[in-house]
Amino acid sequence: MAAIALGLVALGIATALVLMAFEKNLVFFFTPSQVAAKEAPQGRTFRIGGMVLEGSVKREGVDVRFVVTDTAKHIPVVYRGALPDLFREGKGVVAQGELGADGVFRAREVLAKHDENYMPPDAAHAVQEAQKTLVK
Amino acid sequence: MIPELGQVSLALALAVALAQGTLPFVNPAWRGLARSAAQAQAGLVALAFGCLVYAFVTNDFSVQYVALNSNSALPLHYRVAGAWGGHEGSLLLWCLMLGVWMSAVSLFSAHLPEDMVARVLGVMGVVSAGFLAFMLFTSNPFERLFPVPANGRDLNPLLQDPGMVIHPPMLYMGYVGFSVAYAFAVAALISGRLDAAWARWSRPWTTVAWVFLTLGIAIGSAWAYYELGWGGWWFWDPVENASFMPWLIGTALIHSLAVTEKRGAFRSWTVLLAIVAFGLSLLGTFLVRSGVLTSVHAFAVDPERGVFILGLFVFLIGGALALYASRTSRIGLGGDFEPVSRESLLLANNVLLTAAAGTVFLGTLYPLVIDALGVGKISVGPQYFEAVFVPVMAPALFLMGVGPLARWKRASLPELAVLLRWALAISVALGLILPFALGRWSALVGLGLTLAAWIVLTTILSFKKRLRQTRAHYGMALAHLGVAAFVVGVTMVKGYESDADVKIRAGETVELAGYVFRFDGVSRVAGPNYTAAQARIEVTRNGKPVTVMRPERRVYTVQEQIMTEADIHPGLTRDLYVSLGDPLDANGTWLLKVQHKPFVDWIWGGCLLMALGGLVAASDRRYRVAIRQRKDQEVKVAA
Repeated sequence: MAAIALGLVALGIATALVLMAFEKNLVFFFTPSQVAAKEAPQGRTFRIGGMVLEGSVKREGVDVRFVVTDTAKHIPVVYRGALPDLFREGKGVVAQGELGADGVFRAREVLAKHDENYMPPDAAHAVQEAQKTLVK
Repeated sequence: MIPELGQVSLALALAVALAQGTLPFVNPAWRGLARSAAQAQAGLVALAFGCLVYAFVTNDFSVQYVALNSNSALPLHYRVAGAWGGHEGSLLLWCLMLGVWMSAVSLFSAHLPEDMVARVLGVMGVVSAGFLAFMLFTSNPFERLFPVPANGRDLNPLLQDPGMVIHPPMLYMGYVGFSVAYAFAVAALISGRLDAAWARWSRPWTTVAWVFLTLGIAIGSAWAYYELGWGGWWFWDPVENASFMPWLIGTALIHSLAVTEKRGAFRSWTVLLAIVAFGLSLLGTFLVRSGVLTSVHAFAVDPERGVFILGLFVFLIGGALALYASRTSRIGLGGDFEPVSRESLLLANNVLLTAAAGTVFLGTLYPLVIDALGVGKISVGPQYFEAVFVPVMAPALFLMGVGPLARWKRASLPELAVLLRWALAISVALGLILPFALGRWSALVGLGLTLAAWIVLTTILSFKKRLRQTRAHYGMALAHLGVAAFVVGVTMVKGYESDADVKIRAGETVELAGYVFRFDGVSRVAGPNYTAAQARIEVTRNGKPVTVMRPERRVYTVQEQIMTEADIHPGLTRDLYVSLGDPLDANGTWLLKVQHKPFVDWIWGGCLLMALGGLVAASDRRYRVAIRQRKDQEVKVAA
């Protein structure tokens, strides 16, 4: 009986921990249009996705700047370090980081996927959503 | 002709699998067929696999799968490995591994009752039939392509690596190996015989499957570390989690089987774990193979593959669980035990490992469910898994030190406290002092090092306390020491790793963790199917030369894919890791990332020790004795 009670207590603690950590670490996704409409939170980590605007990639030493677009709105992004191998202008991209007060997205991670033909689903979603609003 | 031969053998294998999965259950007289059916099936699948490898080696681009995953410029060993570089081929590899396990069961089961063997192989035949049908009807590796292309699209450059050659076979051996534990559990449920003998039979199989899975995951992690080019070794990526969940439950299963064999307790729990472990292997296959991870919506548009695997999953696991539910009353609870006993400690281990698997499950599947329901798009980052894993695994690691020293049935708490007081005092002292000596104190590093020291010290104690040493005990000790090494590696890397992103020109230096890296510029080199910019970096420490490193930035010509090929200087206490980024201008300025990773190789060293421990334990005398006794009896009967 005691063993079962112990197990239940452990299970309860584990569940509480999990739910707390889960709540805190959920990373939400926003499209450039949503960010432009100020729907994204300031000072909290979130993900942004879309296409890398052609001609927007600029190196400033170790920092790199580029623009993420869903064809409707553009969001400037700054990232420190080397970009993943599959990062290209005109291709899909997903970045994780925070939105600065100046409206520049500070990416801490730029996500690389394993296939050149593959559009990150979140990026594709952003472009689709933007297309819908443009048609309207 | 050869691809058609492969196709025909697959179809024949499916027929044999169906016979093997049904006949022994229909008529007891046909039970004797199970063994030869299993071997015939394995032979047919092996033949098909050989045909596919042959098509790769001979550059037969009339086969669609070859055209998509190979190229005539690809080196021979990668052409062979290309056979399992894509979806269809991995499934064939899955079936091949199942064939290997089935024939192993048929060959090494002389000591088991004939009806048990027939049932186990019958269940495995059903599993095999499901996967062969899946392959033949939705993902045929031998599909022809017309018109025949002049050359292939090449293997994904990321997969052109020795690690990738052995990672999938190892991982699949592990995944599929749990089908043996599953088959034993279902066979036992059907016959209603769930006893210590059943646990003894399935134990070595489960341990060996676990060994393969451990190695497979470790190789995959090492591959990500050196091949993805940026020094991460575990990303909590859904694909990784898909293999980690069965590992956690498999680990729980190994421990629970020990209790069932020795004490007859935990029977229903053990059976349930065996079903769940294989269920998670199937779920992992579903997640990776259905395309559901790439996009939930793509899956909804072209659901054929996913629905097939899902159906198979529901049939195999749902069926087993239904059988389990109808038989639980007959299983019985087994031996009794006190709250302080080795049984309770192992129960706690099981609860914690299951909870850990549950947290990974939640973090992996929740975003998929949310997306599928159209509620929103979210992701669960590594922070979640790290935040949850430390508090769940820390008590498990602590109990790991106590469990092997506690008595079965009833242990005395004061006695344990006396026995363990010095080990506890020394580990806590080490955990408090060592981080200072290493330069910077942090609570997590202290906790990690305390637990690692605790495991090592209690393992030594367990040798002093036991009179008779068995291979099972040596194996357990080795595996537990492996966990300690793993914990040291993770703790040190997480606590003390450092890196620097710099823009650099020939002749300039960058300093990191006492090492000076001098950049000597970049030269062009050509590989068989790529061209590369190769940097030369001389590393010194206190003026003394350490090594010369040559990281590359490759462009694979066929797919025009860029690949960062990092260079690593490994060491027992640290790895130096350099990767070459983009060229920043036309005057030879490059982006360079240098990293110092203390004790990172202990992570994989620890996994190797765990696997080695598993192998030693699986070769324990009592499993071999059981085989010999049975043979002796047969000889007597014959005489």
